[in-house]
Amino acid sequence: MAQDRTYTKFLNELGDTTRFTLRFFRELFKRNQELEEFFRQCYWIGYKSLPLVGITALIMGLVLTIQSRPTLVEFGAQSLLPAMVSVSLVREISPVITALICAGKIGSGIGAELGSMRVTEQIDAMDVSGTNPFKYLVVTRVLATTIMLPVLSNLSNAIGLYGAYLGVNIRGTVSWHLYWTQVFNALSFGDVIPSLIKTFFFGFAIGIIGCYKGYHSSKGTEGVGRSANSAVVVASLLVFIIDLIAVQVTDLLGLT
Amino acid sequence: MKNGPVIDVHNVHKSFGENHVLRDFSMTLAPGENLAILGKSGSGKSVLIKCIVRLIPFDHGTIEVLGEDVNVLDLDALDVLRARVGFLFQSNALYDSMTVRENLEFSLRRHWNADQRKKGAEAVVLEALTDVGLPHTVNMMPVELSGGMRKRIALARTLILRPSIILYDEPTTGLDPITSREISHLIVNVQQKYNTASVIISHDINCINITSNRVVILIDGTGYANDTYANLRNSNDPRIKDFFD
Repeated sequence: MAQDRTYTKFLNELGDTTRFTLRFFRELFKRNQELEEFFRQCYWIGYKSLPLVGITALIMGLVLTIQSRPTLVEFGAQSLLPAMVSVSLVREISPVITALICAGKIGSGIGAELGSMRVTEQIDAMDVSGTNPFKYLVVTRVLATTIMLPVLSNLSNAIGLYGAYLGVNIRGTVSWHLYWTQVFNALSFGDVIPSLIKTFFFGFAIGIIGCYKGYHSSKGTEGVGRSANSAVVVASLLVFIIDLIAVQVTDLLGLT
Repeated sequence: MKNGPVIDVHNVHKSFGENHVLRDFSMTLAPGENLAILGKSGSGKSVLIKCIVRLIPFDHGTIEVLGEDVNVLDLDALDVLRARVGFLFQSNALYDSMTVRENLEFSLRRHWNADQRKKGAEAVVLEALTDVGLPHTVNMMPVELSGGMRKRIALARTLILRPSIILYDEPTTGLDPITSREISHLIVNVQQKYNTASVIISHDINCINITSNRVVILIDGTGYANDTYANLRNSNDPRIKDFFD
């Protein structure tokens, strides 16, 4: 019986999220979009997340290189270190870690902001003033996360590769020129493009889940906390699911 | 509609699961009238005014606002109607990430074009703030204001679109008696200056005494009594007397 209720609740939630997503697309193609708010959100979501994403990417590149070196040394293949690290970073690690950081920082931020607006009746106030709160709050944020996440992921790739260069040179000596030659020889568009495409989906998932959880927040301050928390949990889970699907699709298309 | 009611609520029923909040409730609001709705906490007063602007859907019945059936309007038509109906929220619902000026200007964005806003917004904002006695707060953030000031700013935001009707949800809740009295007199001043019709939801007897021309007492989801404040105050009905003792 309790299990039935859980399934029903899950299916209801899934249906509501789908309707919310469809409404996003309906509102997206209407006239008079809130461009000023959209650019403000791009600034907050993109520019303001850059320091966190940048530091994490640098450390990620550095640590991945340091951790990989002993195994490659064992097989006498340390010269492959730049190539191996660059492919790992660009194809998988950098987009996923950037998305997870953004799910934590941006997803929870949107969930909490919209949640507190809901419980303090600010969204209702927009409604009764004749302003469409969905267009103003949801469309702008989802669009901003969808566009900014690929930008952040690309910057994360670049910073991670600089981190890897530092990592390579901690124990060995590889010249700047040789390092980048090896990196670019190892990478192809088949690595970069699929990775770039999936980050759009990551950004969309983070934005839509954050907005959905916040927009449907209830039960006062407790509900706001719960919205922020579940926005992070669900968005993080979705990032992995999307990644899994993206890997399968890339594999089917022969881009591996 | 010209001389008819500006709000006509007819047999409206609203329930949340097994909890029947409004049971075939009916009421009308005449142009320029201040109607108070008195009821205990949880009696459905706030639900009623949220149904009037379709913030909450109701189960059956009809609600006509300024001659329009709110239940059949599409979203665009509803937005136009809502611009003519001001709503003062119990929590004030000021946008806390915006200054007072931005809070007031926000209401104009849907109904004024960019050129109109550029030319006329400043004057309209200052006039609304002057009406509530707070023109000096224009660049302040809501968090810097006291409870009474926030209530006044929320009223200024409501006034900026020059509504024909204003719905007040517990306008004096959480305020000290002096500020409550000031807000009550402000409601009367607004009604006299702009000739608005108002529905005032409250359980503050002093506020109702100052502001209302007529009072509806909401008990068990129905309009239990409908009369002037003075007549209800002198009633011998124990259920009515409960509110005034």
